[in-house]
Amino acid sequence: MTKKVLVLGEAREGSLRNVSFEAIAAAKTIANGGEVVAVLLGDAVASLAQEMIAYGADRVVTVEHPHLKQYTSDGYSQALMAVIEQENPEGIVFGHTALGKDLSPKIASKLKAGLVSDVTAIESNGDEHTFVRPIYSGKAFEKVQIKDGIHLASVRPNNITPLEKDDSRSGDVSAVSVDITNLRTIVKEVVRKSTDGVDLSEAKVVIAGGRGVKSEEGFEPLKQLADLLGGAVGASRGACDAEYCDYSLQIGQTGKVVTPDLYIAAGISGAIQHLAGMSNSKIIVAINKDPEANIFNVADYGIVGDLFEVVPLLIEEFKKIQNA
Amino acid sequence: MNIYALVKRTFDTEEKIVVSGGKIQEDGAEFIINPYDEYAVEEAIQLRDAHGGKVTVVTLGGEDAEKQLRTALAMGADEAILINTEDDLDELDEYAAAEIIAEYLKDKEADIILAGNVAIDGGSGQVGPRVADLLDINYVTTITSLEVDGSTAKIVRDIEGDSEVLETSLPLLITAQQGLNEPRYPSLPGIMKAKKKPLEELELDDLDIDEDDVEVKTATVDIFLPPQKAAGRVLEGDIADQVKELVNLLHTEAKVI
Repeated sequence: MTKKVLVLGEAREGSLRNVSFEAIAAAKTIANGGEVVAVLLGDAVASLAQEMIAYGADRVVTVEHPHLKQYTSDGYSQALMAVIEQENPEGIVFGHTALGKDLSPKIASKLKAGLVSDVTAIESNGDEHTFVRPIYSGKAFEKVQIKDGIHLASVRPNNITPLEKDDSRSGDVSAVSVDITNLRTIVKEVVRKSTDGVDLSEAKVVIAGGRGVKSEEGFEPLKQLADLLGGAVGASRGACDAEYCDYSLQIGQTGKVVTPDLYIAAGISGAIQHLAGMSNSKIIVAINKDPEANIFNVADYGIVGDLFEVVPLLIEEFKKIQNA
Repeated sequence: MNIYALVKRTFDTEEKIVVSGGKIQEDGAEFIINPYDEYAVEEAIQLRDAHGGKVTVVTLGGEDAEKQLRTALAMGADEAILINTEDDLDELDEYAAAEIIAEYLKDKEADIILAGNVAIDGGSGQVGPRVADLLDINYVTTITSLEVDGSTAKIVRDIEGDSEVLETSLPLLITAQQGLNEPRYPSLPGIMKAKKKPLEELELDDLDIDEDDVEVKTATVDIFLPPQKAAGRVLEGDIADQVKELVNLLHTEAKVI
């Protein structure tokens, strides 16, 4: 049986996030030949609709309201529930982002439904869908099925391959008007701390520093390398505890779990808690003075050396490639 | 202030995971309070110390979770509730857990409920927001700062590295992110006092919950370990040559740059 599946698209600074395109691909799998309907919520989002269609959505439903300019669980849940009532879908896919993590359990609760969070792969056999997700921060994985009723899932960024973009695709774009009331939370301010809008959990390249970075200033070369490669900077707990950087950069069992294409660990020894947060990255590079450091056991490539010598040289070499 | 902290007993972060027969082996493993729930307990204690009132810690699980509740009492919580589902339920998921916890909390008139933003075992982060929705109270997840003044709460929330400054009102459920506070270690007098603090054990019957009402919506069909990553290549030669080789390998062999 084919299914109708909604995808909640998510924009950051006016552009759709990659995870939204990945969520469309996940929705296609669950729909099993059925219809994938993208939902866009915000104060002005209609202009983003065509891109969702180009990435595989069959049509788009928008809800535009001044109260949706900033995310609040009250505002977004009212808008999304109105779309759900109109569309009566058999599945909904969210990105497992700050927004998706906050909103999806509320929607699941309202629908009295099961929700599989942080999905990294979907194995489908016709109508039967098995969701693969990390547990113990990636030390293990579980396969989960939703017993019956609506299928809700949130997909982890960088894991499900989006469909090829096809700008020639077309689809209907319609608006739903929703009265958004009774917002219990007021967003006063958003303080941007992340570098150039590259989000750690979504970055294709992560340059992470540990105790070996030695100081706040020690992160500078790592930032330069991250900027050069369009990546984000991360850190081990040791570096955060030593106050070299903000806890929001921490990668590990407590902290963020990342799966970029390239993870460069500089001055990180590789405690089991840190490995849980990054060992599923596609390619891992370790730079450490200590040849016995545990990080070398999970690294694809290792350099035994001082990061303050190695990282600037890396920047020079990458520049040569980019200029070639 | 009527303060509740939701805690979960989890594997120590040091533990290696062993899977056999599609299940995680627990024999001999060390257990702790989920680290994010520790922030919630600490914040609860600080709120009580600043505003007066009572901190009740609540957990869902088996007899073994008593140890983690005693730890929370030793940190400074006043009372503990163990909702023991061991005999009644074979399986729990986020839906069922939230239904049970909300059923317990529904007539407690909590001013604030604190939980971890995620448990480091299951890692779904669903139960907090689900409980808030069932209680029809507001919630804010992944918070790094909380100031309560009367019925107003000023909150800073971590959103993927950026911070959001919010204002909302009680009653409220929050989930704690790292950086919210520095959880205290239980003191020796604290540990002695904790032994005499009330710890009540409830079963589903006590909450008027029928097993059918909390039937799980999702089922785990398999658990497996990720493929062991074989140790890779440690490069050799002088550093400049190693760097050249590394960049070349990333470009041509791994094709990630």
